[in-house]
Amino acid sequence: MSAPLLEIEDLSVEYVTDARTVRAVDRVSFSVGEGEVFGLAGESGCGKSTIANAILRLLRDPAVIAGGSIRFRDTDVLSLNADQLRAFRWRQVAMVFQSAMNSLNPVMTIGDQIADIYTTHDNVSKKDALRRAADLLDLVGIPHDRLRSYPHQLSGGMRQRVVIAMATALRPPLLIMDEPTTALDVVVQQEIMAQIKDLQRELGFAILFITHDMSLMVELSDRMAVMYAGRFVETASALTIFEQPRHPYTSALMNAFPPMSGPRTRLRGLGEGIRFHDIPDLVSVGQGHWVAPTPGEASMPEVIR
Amino acid sequence: MSTQTPVLSVRGLEKTFAVGGMFSRGRVRALGGVDLDIAPGEIVALVGESGSGKSTLARCLARLEQPSGGTFLFEGKDILKTEPRRASRAYRSAVQMIFQDPFGSLNPVHRVGHFLERPLQLHDAVSGRGELERAKRRLMEKVDLPAELLGRYPHELSGGQRQRIAIARALAVNPRLILADEPTSMLDVSVRIGVLNLMRSLCEQQGISMLYITHDLASARYLADRIVVMFAGEFVEGGEAMALLADPQHPYTRLLISAVPDPRRRGGFDPVERARLRHEVLHPTSCPFQGRSDTRCSADEPVFHRVSDAPEHWVRCGLYAPPSDAPGTALELPNTSEESPAA
Repeated sequence: MSAPLLEIEDLSVEYVTDARTVRAVDRVSFSVGEGEVFGLAGESGCGKSTIANAILRLLRDPAVIAGGSIRFRDTDVLSLNADQLRAFRWRQVAMVFQSAMNSLNPVMTIGDQIADIYTTHDNVSKKDALRRAADLLDLVGIPHDRLRSYPHQLSGGMRQRVVIAMATALRPPLLIMDEPTTALDVVVQQEIMAQIKDLQRELGFAILFITHDMSLMVELSDRMAVMYAGRFVETASALTIFEQPRHPYTSALMNAFPPMSGPRTRLRGLGEGIRFHDIPDLVSVGQGHWVAPTPGEASMPEVIR
Repeated sequence: MSTQTPVLSVRGLEKTFAVGGMFSRGRVRALGGVDLDIAPGEIVALVGESGSGKSTLARCLARLEQPSGGTFLFEGKDILKTEPRRASRAYRSAVQMIFQDPFGSLNPVHRVGHFLERPLQLHDAVSGRGELERAKRRLMEKVDLPAELLGRYPHELSGGQRQRIAIARALAVNPRLILADEPTSMLDVSVRIGVLNLMRSLCEQQGISMLYITHDLASARYLADRIVVMFAGEFVEGGEAMALLADPQHPYTRLLISAVPDPRRRGGFDPVERARLRHEVLHPTSCPFQGRSDTRCSADEPVFHRVSDAPEHWVRCGLYAPPSDAPGTALELPNTSEESPAA
């Protein structure tokens, strides 16, 4: 295996207030290889977006990085100063947020917004920038005349395509996608996912993919991790997690979506009686498969059905 | 087919919206004459993409929109005839709606108790302070929430709790039909199944009928007795939920099914197959039922073919595409030609 692109070790993030301190991310370690798709799954509030924001150093008060390290190639991300950070973001690591409407400026045309990236980061002329903006739209199959459109004139799927195109504008080696299709329709979601796969094949970037939809994640990712209350509870190749989930929470999360095949059985949601405390460190249970041991593993109650 | 008298019986319901400016003659047919029966206690899922007309149907049934044509009977009464201008109070209490966004449907300045009190008082469901309190507590119990939450404000509740309050509010007036418009699509995974289970048990225990609107076929399969698939304002396929999903006939149904993420299918759904299905939907060329004795369809009067009677399963004739003046569905994005740029 070559040297990883992104390497996170023992990362902890705390939300500090006068009243109390909450540990949102607790001693998390993982790495993403060049061109690899790494998935981060978990319910809302488990800390997955906090990790994404920590990588880009987007955390604001009261969140503080309480420990650990983030390395990107040869860069120590946590020691970058403001100028270095500006160069690091977007060119090295770009992010696609959940809501495409909120990440586009409603009073600027699509063309101006994309051109902005090039004039700011590459110091090219406006004319050149607009030409490159048109090339970028080609990449995601949106006609050039849309350069003059405002965000509200595009459908939700098209807006998300624009946002994805913008993230790849400076050819960053790593893209962080935080629930990129959650707000979209199923058919559009499938189209966008196919598009992301195509772009990835073409441009070769790695993806840190964040979602709560386990089926989508297993379909798209090479390796993945399941997170609960700021801790990793299981990490392995996506196929292994799907076929042999070892942690009860992993199975529960997988069963939180009704299946499309098999008999109809009553499912129990995640809220009903699945709680873990003091999750221990991961132990290896197989080739690249790590699980947090659960108390009395043999006597764990059957979670589903 | 149910032998019971349906709670709701829709016949040829249409809705056309004017588009463009005041002097424009643009028209969009959001609902192209649909028929639907819902039996007492039955859950019917209405499935389709955004823009397919699902919500328009629900809004017409809730009398939030005035249909442009067609009729519907509720408990045997022709509602558009007997209450042509606006719905009676009796109708509005019998037919309740649950919306997608539990953050937008509860007024932030009121406590939870208020949302349950108002319908109880307006529809004269209770008399006296003590009975009102008891009724509120009973409602909270029905949706599995602790009574302490009655004194809280909406912002203090989670998304799932809010949606449960919205359900309790709908239950306050003893509805016979609930129109649920994507009630779980904005909820986190951790609470989705819980809300689906709650809706199921309410329908079972109290004999409430439900029209469950969603784009998520998996949840429709989990919850519904019957599924109706909608495309461009028309029904294209319907029937008993498991039978329909086991043997989907219409290309649009198959396209929807293929869009559900499936971990068994590594690397995503085959783009060539997807393009073929899309093309079939928009430019139909053949119908598997052609030449059979029961196939007398024409473009003016497209009929539905019976796939099977028990379990019930029918499909719109594949030879005629729904009209193309329907509002934008994902199939009509201008870039439909770029199917697989990597190929």
